[in-house]
Amino acid sequence: MKCLVTGSNVKVLGKAVHSLSRIGDELYLEPLDDGLTLRTVNSSRSAYACFLFAPLFFQQYQAATGGQDLQRCKILMKSFLSIFRSLVMLEKTVEKCCISLNDRSSCLVVQLHCKYGVRKTHNLSFQDCESLQAVFNPASCPHVLRAPARILGEAVLPFPPALAEVTLGIGHGRRVILRSYQEEEADSTVKAMVTEMSIGEEDFQQLQAPEGVAITFCLKEFRGLLSFAESANLPLSIHFDAPGRPAIFTIEDSLLDGHFVLATLLELDPHSQDLGSSELHQPVRQLQAHSTPHQDDFASDDIDSYMIAMETTVGSEGLQALPSVSLTPGPHSEEEDDEAEPGPVPGTPPPKKFRSLFFGSILDPIHSPQGPSPVLAEDSDGEG
Amino acid sequence: MKFRAKIVDAACLNHFTRVSNMIAKLAKICTLRISPEKLNFILCDRLAGGGVSTWCELEQENFFSEFQMEGISAENNVIYLELTSENLSRALKTAQNARTLKFKLTNKHFPCLTVSVELLSMSSSSRIVTHDIPLNVIPRKLWKDFQQPSVPEAEVSIYLPVLKTLKSVVEKMKNISNHLTVFAILILQVIEANLNGELNLKIETDLVCVTTHFKDLGNPSLASDDASRDRDPAEMAEVHVDIRKLLQFLVGQQVNPTRALCNIVSGRVVHLDLLYEDVSLQYFIPALA
Repeated sequence: MKCLVTGSNVKVLGKAVHSLSRIGDELYLEPLDDGLTLRTVNSSRSAYACFLFAPLFFQQYQAATGGQDLQRCKILMKSFLSIFRSLVMLEKTVEKCCISLNDRSSCLVVQLHCKYGVRKTHNLSFQDCESLQAVFNPASCPHVLRAPARILGEAVLPFPPALAEVTLGIGHGRRVILRSYQEEEADSTVKAMVTEMSIGEEDFQQLQAPEGVAITFCLKEFRGLLSFAESANLPLSIHFDAPGRPAIFTIEDSLLDGHFVLATLLELDPHSQDLGSSELHQPVRQLQAHSTPHQDDFASDDIDSYMIAMETTVGSEGLQALPSVSLTPGPHSEEEDDEAEPGPVPGTPPPKKFRSLFFGSILDPIHSPQGPSPVLAEDSDGEG
Repeated sequence: MKFRAKIVDAACLNHFTRVSNMIAKLAKICTLRISPEKLNFILCDRLAGGGVSTWCELEQENFFSEFQMEGISAENNVIYLELTSENLSRALKTAQNARTLKFKLTNKHFPCLTVSVELLSMSSSSRIVTHDIPLNVIPRKLWKDFQQPSVPEAEVSIYLPVLKTLKSVVEKMKNISNHLTVFAILILQVIEANLNGELNLKIETDLVCVTTHFKDLGNPSLASDDASRDRDPAEMAEVHVDIRKLLQFLVGQQVNPTRALCNIVSGRVVHLDLLYEDVSLQYFIPALA
């Protein structure tokens, strides 16, 4: 695999990596015929992000060198991000960026050609991996709203940077409401301030959702895509369904597209996210007594509901045809948002493909995350 | 119990925001006292065994275009609310480009001060940001803890030097010792018939003693005619305080006050009396035991 990025696209690539770094710790790089994909997923599998850069984004794009199969690799996000750490530096000094992957050295080579003849070469070790794909289809979501990134940027401005989750919904008069979501805490003597932002329908390019629908998702993860969309000045679409079903955030233009799939909170109380009323219902959470106070709040809740169905292939064990097969289903309907693509599961799924609804059951065991398995022992005092 | 108020003027809003930011820097929890004519921010020094440390007062009609309040009864037509000061300043921060700002006492599962901001926006539709600030209503039996402290008869009363300079000096002194001696002296210069003030800040350890002298500070009684006639040739006052209390006050100062006075009662208290246009702030630093 070899690709060459030049000019202002280097910064765009850098910004995409920054966005992805907000989600996961590992970056899955996969060159495909229709472009280079950079994907990541968070440790609890409640957020997935993917950027696809079309061949035209690059000055030169070669998905596979020679007669080799398409390669995939998994690298540490931190390492890849460090190459693109300073966006200002990228813009000012980097003229070209060349990313290549060859079998001989088991390294992903990223070479930055900078001004004044300076060339920086980064050799990143990678691991072979399975193709990381989330099973989702924006077209199957009944509700969608689309607005310029700037509007959404302004919408999240009143919320503190530390706020973990936000509820998005349609309120009275077809106004789009964003409200800070507070977890019900055991020690609820100190209550937090609740902030709500209400935006008129006119600010949206598309609003296809009835009044009363609402979803709660992780704001911090959303900010990752939002900042990219703002810098690229692209409209952002949010496709969503009932609470508990993943919400799909997309951006696209002729050279790239990005998808962030975030799990949403499952509400057992049907009125709990009713933004029409001024009441703020606290949702009933499953596994309440065991909520662990770490960043990912979905961790302790119903795994099946929050999990984004992940499809992966078994490791390469004499199934040469498999890599190409795994590329066909659902996720690649991402380019055709408006088409009514059939569901992600094809008619006759290849024999070895299976869905992972559980943590770490398929991927490389060393990297399978601990995951939010039911807590067997209460946290001791002094937590958080 | 009811409270509703509205600010429509941008200058009033900015001024109110600045006051709120200053309060937020002084203490985490603040008490809001709402009466028909006034609004007070009261901060108590809980750690040092109670006592009001800050008393900030503003005339509501200087800020609010609409102001309606109703206490629990006609005789006690006053409301005391306790809230996290940072919440208020954060809510006001979003009101930078606001058309209107509304305050209302509400009960949304718990008592709240709802701050509703109507933002100016590019498009025709307006944007509304609402903040529900949780608060505790202070019961009447505790109201005595939140009364305006009686202003002690100062032995020396002088104008403070430029606060920024004072802050940088006090900041550096804090690194040496927490025990600060504030000493002020007023000298009557008979020939010129004026009072010349000097404020000294001193810290002392076994190894070192540092004193900063701020000279040529004026005195408020300069204006009155009998100032020079019956005065003693020199007046002085000295008090030992915790430097951190003075520093905390100075750190919160974002704008230059219209007037800044320092009143000292020997061995008892340093009373800072400031005026920011029409908002008055009094800060009390008790003497170290």
